[in-house]
Amino acid sequence: MPDAHLKVFRGRPGEPSEFVDFDVPVEEGMVVLDALHWIQGHRAPDLAVRWNCKAAKCGSCGAEVNGRPSLTCKTRLSDFDLDEPITVEPMRAFPLIKDLVTDVSWNYAVNRTITPFTPPENLPQEQWRWQQRDVDRVQEFRKCIECFLCQDVCHVLRNHETERAFMGPRFLIRVASLEMHPIDQVDRRQYLKDSGGIGYCNITKCCTEVCPEHIKITDNGIIPLKERVADAYYDPLQWAWRKLRGREATGAGTELPVLPAPVGAPPPPAAATTPTDATATESAPAQTAEPAAAGTGPARPPRRVRTTKSARQTAGRKDAARAPRGRRDGGAG
Amino acid sequence: MTSIAPPAAQLDRPASPARPPASPIKPTGTARQGLFATRRPDAWWIEPTIVAIGFGAFILYSLFSSLVWEPVFHVPYEAQGYLSPFFSPLIKPDWLPWWFSPAILILWIPLGFRTTCYYYRKAYYRAYFVDPPACAVGEPTIHSRYRLEAAFPFILQNIHRYFLYLAFIPLFFLWLDAFLALRQEGVWRIGVIGALMFLNVALLTGYSLSCHSFRHVIGGKMDCFSCSRGALLRYRAWERATWLNIHHLRWAWASLISVAVTDLLIRLLAIGVIGDPALRF
Repeated sequence: MPDAHLKVFRGRPGEPSEFVDFDVPVEEGMVVLDALHWIQGHRAPDLAVRWNCKAAKCGSCGAEVNGRPSLTCKTRLSDFDLDEPITVEPMRAFPLIKDLVTDVSWNYAVNRTITPFTPPENLPQEQWRWQQRDVDRVQEFRKCIECFLCQDVCHVLRNHETERAFMGPRFLIRVASLEMHPIDQVDRRQYLKDSGGIGYCNITKCCTEVCPEHIKITDNGIIPLKERVADAYYDPLQWAWRKLRGREATGAGTELPVLPAPVGAPPPPAAATTPTDATATESAPAQTAEPAAAGTGPARPPRRVRTTKSARQTAGRKDAARAPRGRRDGGAG
Repeated sequence: MTSIAPPAAQLDRPASPARPPASPIKPTGTARQGLFATRRPDAWWIEPTIVAIGFGAFILYSLFSSLVWEPVFHVPYEAQGYLSPFFSPLIKPDWLPWWFSPAILILWIPLGFRTTCYYYRKAYYRAYFVDPPACAVGEPTIHSRYRLEAAFPFILQNIHRYFLYLAFIPLFFLWLDAFLALRQEGVWRIGVIGALMFLNVALLTGYSLSCHSFRHVIGGKMDCFSCSRGALLRYRAWERATWLNIHHLRWAWASLISVAVTDLLIRLLAIGVIGDPALRF
């Protein structure tokens, strides 16, 4: 087989950066991460590459290969024309640390602003019941490995400056997994509209195109959330119906800041939270999973408002209490 | 987390377009800025170009056909019992001036429905607004002040569901037209254009029922599908709407093309360019 010609980004913040050429001998089944390891082993031992499982499940090795956000462990060299150079560069939406490694801690700060899974207070965990059909949607979202390729490719985060924060597709998906959960009690629609900036998403589906878990992020997650926000804020008939029924609130949910820290402030101490840690709170009862205020600024204390998430959830609670069979675990996955 | 952001000049960026100032509400990345800036070597521009040409052709044709063809060039929109889908239901009171096309009274409904449709939004944001032109491809710097669907006028995209409700009105009349066209002057007929009218309205129905808003209204807004018998019924409907929704793009394009082709054939029939082979009994 011919050699692959890789052009690998090398550089640190504050120093001159460049694309360095490497010729890598290709073996059958080789992926881009293998080539980077070969470069580390034979040509550039100081090349910084973040990786872990090499099985497309940890989400660590995200980079931009020929300009497209990809997992390098899942991107085969045989998919490219080896006569042409293959460029490998870091995820461009995030601050550079070194070479192919970027600082994605912003994502964990955003994650902490989401009110976690909140089951009914008066329903012991032993009595949680639901049917498979109720959590099929949620389980799709729980496939997320938090590689942040969707955040990287999202043009709102990548190219735009916005007046308010935009949480990005990964966290819209997480909110969707909570909002669509059959026994979750919190209404996060105001959070989505005001803090999460869901209006900034113009559904161009790049997040769906790059997702290595093939989650239909836009069709199954973001658009249903946009419709739910429209229910609460942009539908005059539903507004009138709520007025008639005396339900003024749209479910205030939480009022949480997204990254109140100023530019240049050191990352919050908890920024080292791993994706696994961050999402594990979903299956814990709300009393033990209070979201932490992100950043170092004068963070407002998280305010959880018991909401009117419509009678269907009351029905769901009743159903959960009386259903004889079903899952007993806390998470939907 | 932003203190290690590299100076703009030291990373691989074009020199000219100024990068927007760093913000505390997003990570400070190093993406190349500027129109079409990308390292993608593939032909990413083909899809938005095809979409732009396809939409542009349809928009020009539909405007010409619905507003100009009959008043100016006297090409009827009805022929041998077939009515152009742009004009259904036909509302034509006597007091309408000659230059006022009755299509105007109807066309705003499907136009609004398609303009606010989630698929079309993706397509025209990419093709016409270059926002973005393709994934991981740079945008014009004018987009730096970005609000889009969080502010007027694009916040009005949220009324898509109302256009959906209204879209069922012309859809009903299109089905009616297709059935009424089966009988002309006391004779039953199954003609090529009649069959095309059925195909057209079937595709329009598929497009409407595969709509994301319909999927939401019919059941997607529920959190619990098993909580009552009614919820279970809505779940079944949501499942079917989801099955249709997977192919929403195809429904959108197929119905767009079928509307234009049906209209064109009826016009050509009206001026005698083509005939209408039909089984009559």
